[in-house]
Amino acid sequence: MAEATANGLGQHALHAGHAHEAPAAVAHADQHQEHPIKLYLVVWAWLFILSTCSYLVDYFGLQGYLRWSLILIFMILKAGLIVAVFMHMAWERLALAYAIILPPILVLVFTTMMVFEADYTLFTRLAFFGSGH
Amino acid sequence: MAETLTHIGKTEPRPSGWQGIAADWSSDQRAFKNVSWGKAMMWIFLLSDTFIFGCFLLSYMTARMSTRVPWPNPSEVFALRIGGSDIPLILIAIMTFVLISSSGTMAMAANFGYRRDRRKTAILMLLTAALGATFVGMQAFEWTKLITEGVRPWGNPWGAAQFGSSFFMITGFHGTHVTIGVIFLIIVARKVWRGDFDTGRRGFFTSRTGRYENVEIMGLYWHFVDLVWVFIFAFFYLW
Repeated sequence: MAEATANGLGQHALHAGHAHEAPAAVAHADQHQEHPIKLYLVVWAWLFILSTCSYLVDYFGLQGYLRWSLILIFMILKAGLIVAVFMHMAWERLALAYAIILPPILVLVFTTMMVFEADYTLFTRLAFFGSGH
Repeated sequence: MAETLTHIGKTEPRPSGWQGIAADWSSDQRAFKNVSWGKAMMWIFLLSDTFIFGCFLLSYMTARMSTRVPWPNPSEVFALRIGGSDIPLILIAIMTFVLISSSGTMAMAANFGYRRDRRKTAILMLLTAALGATFVGMQAFEWTKLITEGVRPWGNPWGAAQFGSSFFMITGFHGTHVTIGVIFLIIVARKVWRGDFDTGRRGFFTSRTGRYENVEIMGLYWHFVDLVWVFIFAFFYLW
């Protein structure tokens, strides 16, 4: 996967990486997101492979932390490939990328709150209704 | 790296990296330098949609964590009987591959659009729409199967009552997004086929001329639908 993105990313990442070289690299602004078809096909293939992997997690009935961590890893890799390459976020300016990608991370704060809330609800249900229905 | 587009069309060099972020946001000017308003607005819409689906998945998590009744096993609920044996989750796996394939064809459509290859762009967009419609069809099949088996928003034969409401809410909203996407794909494909973006024909609703970037913006929406499915697949079907 690193190779797949590296091909297309190469020259752009070079520019982004060195702020002090910026004036020299101003030559062309990427108004158009035009990349080789091969890049899309490689990402497509990787999405198939990763989806198959996550399906196999269920097929082989893996359980517990191994299952959850594998599901999350495959999910994040797939989401990253779609956003970075298919949606061209890897080539957008950082001002846009951070404006779009950082806010959803705040959902994790909400998630933490709801984990505590759900635990508390379960506790009260068990305490007041017992283990029956 | 990128250039500033000032109101008089003059271009100036911009800093990149963290300095670039601060400079872009702190000045009285366009924040997203080389991004058209159409693309920026689509991204902002997708950001808000992210929160909608984020809240759905969160409510599902809360319901599943707080119930005393065991959660139905998705692996068994969504199994299909093929050739005499139950294959777990097979329909969902096929739906995943169909949607990923549609994302691939969409990415290529946007690419051919920038190369001014109208024929290939339109055909790939229609192929994307066809794959999307296939996905919705399979989802309709899945809903029918579950409803005949007795799944309702208020209960189901296998366990926690919240399973049904979470399932219908999350997959229903996602299916609606796919359906809207299919409709928009057909509309934009028609524009490409007719050559609207070359002849400068004005849109019916907007009275504005379009550009081939519209195909890429359409693609952003479509890839987002695929992206949401990645999360639904992981959290609802596999967890």
